[in-house]
Amino acid sequence: MNEPPGRPEGAVGEQDVLGLLADLDRDLIGLAPVKRRIRDVAALLVVDSARKAQGLPVEAPGLHMSFTGNPGTGKTTVALRMASILHRLGYVRKGHLVAVTRDDLVGQYIGHTAPKTREVLKRAMGGVLFIDEAYYLYRPENERDYGQEAIEILLQVMENQREDLVVVLAGYKERMTKFFESNPGLSSRIAHHIDFPDYSGEELMRIADLMLERMGYRFDEGARTAFEQYLQARMKQPHFANARSVRNALDRARLRHASRLFGAIAGADRDTLSTISAQDILASRVLQGVQHESAGSTNNGGGSDPC
Amino acid sequence: MRVTQGAFSFLPDLTDQQIRAQIEYCLRNNWAVSVEYTDDIHPRNTYWEMFGMPMFDLHDAAGVMAEINACRKTYPKHYVRVNAFDSTLGWETIRLSFLVNRPADEPGFRLRRIESHGRVQRYQIEPYAADKPAGRRY
Repeated sequence: MNEPPGRPEGAVGEQDVLGLLADLDRDLIGLAPVKRRIRDVAALLVVDSARKAQGLPVEAPGLHMSFTGNPGTGKTTVALRMASILHRLGYVRKGHLVAVTRDDLVGQYIGHTAPKTREVLKRAMGGVLFIDEAYYLYRPENERDYGQEAIEILLQVMENQREDLVVVLAGYKERMTKFFESNPGLSSRIAHHIDFPDYSGEELMRIADLMLERMGYRFDEGARTAFEQYLQARMKQPHFANARSVRNALDRARLRHASRLFGAIAGADRDTLSTISAQDILASRVLQGVQHESAGSTNNGGGSDPC
Repeated sequence: MRVTQGAFSFLPDLTDQQIRAQIEYCLRNNWAVSVEYTDDIHPRNTYWEMFGMPMFDLHDAAGVMAEINACRKTYPKHYVRVNAFDSTLGWETIRLSFLVNRPADEPGFRLRRIESHGRVQRYQIEPYAADKPAGRRY
């Protein structure tokens, strides 16, 4: 469909948005429900801008979101993309992402929280405020916790300055659910609750390929099979962190690859330098059946990986 | 008498939209914007009261506008100005400063002639409003 001629300034072209969604589809593997929701939002914004062009009433939709899902399912990555997507859709003016956690919002003593939260909100205006592990804002066990104050300020700005910023809350599913239960005001002001599903084994393989391609490496045939085995074994272990575990595994494979070549670097050609072979993967502790007791795993998770 | 201090002060008062555009310009230049207020409008009164901290790392004028409006609400009858500080080596100074709020009634300044030693005349100006105690001036 062609755009009507004389498109008003600031209107969003359908073609641009379709291109944008195609980019998203290519760069992010899996995540079907997430993509569907982004598509819905994009469609709404395009329709809104067409309505505006026709002089129909348009109400700016609330676009605050909550991303829930297990570690490594791409919440932060999508939030980052979200900022640039919303910018290109003309919903936010600047399209930067400000990623914060509890420490950036909540102060240490009375009267410290409000200015701190306000400052972060001011920095995020015109863009997207991403609050990672948002449930730490609310500590029910301590009734004098300043987190509540931060939430109240957040609520106020989310409600009153909807056109100035988009707030994205992220965290693990169960704890977010509990967090929203104890803060119904927050939950009701978030229009989009998006759940990030875990990746399947096949999707993880494609993610691995994409990551390797970006790092300038590739698997040889043996390595691919070995990595599939590795993923199968790793997925059954505790603290599996989806794409993040894949990245860590690849980083360690690169280390082994490097130390295998070390000493004979003069004879290495371009191909040797960029090919990860089966032995680099098979040396992994996961495949050798060593049960790694993950020590020092922190409560903010992210999943720790055995070597 | 209309006080003329800072940039644009000989123009009609800036609208909010114009203020926003000026702030956008400041932010594009990576200047740190701050809001200050006073009710002592003597030209030599350089250091006004800060309304909150200077704002660093902003990307959008909305944050500053919110701060300006908060300041106007708290001090509706004070002078409020916006400063933009350039931290670039060699500049390290205020690059732009303009008024965004002024009291409705500005009585102006009194000129005093002071007889000094040997019949030397010295001159002094002071705002009429400064006769009243701070906080009750306008």
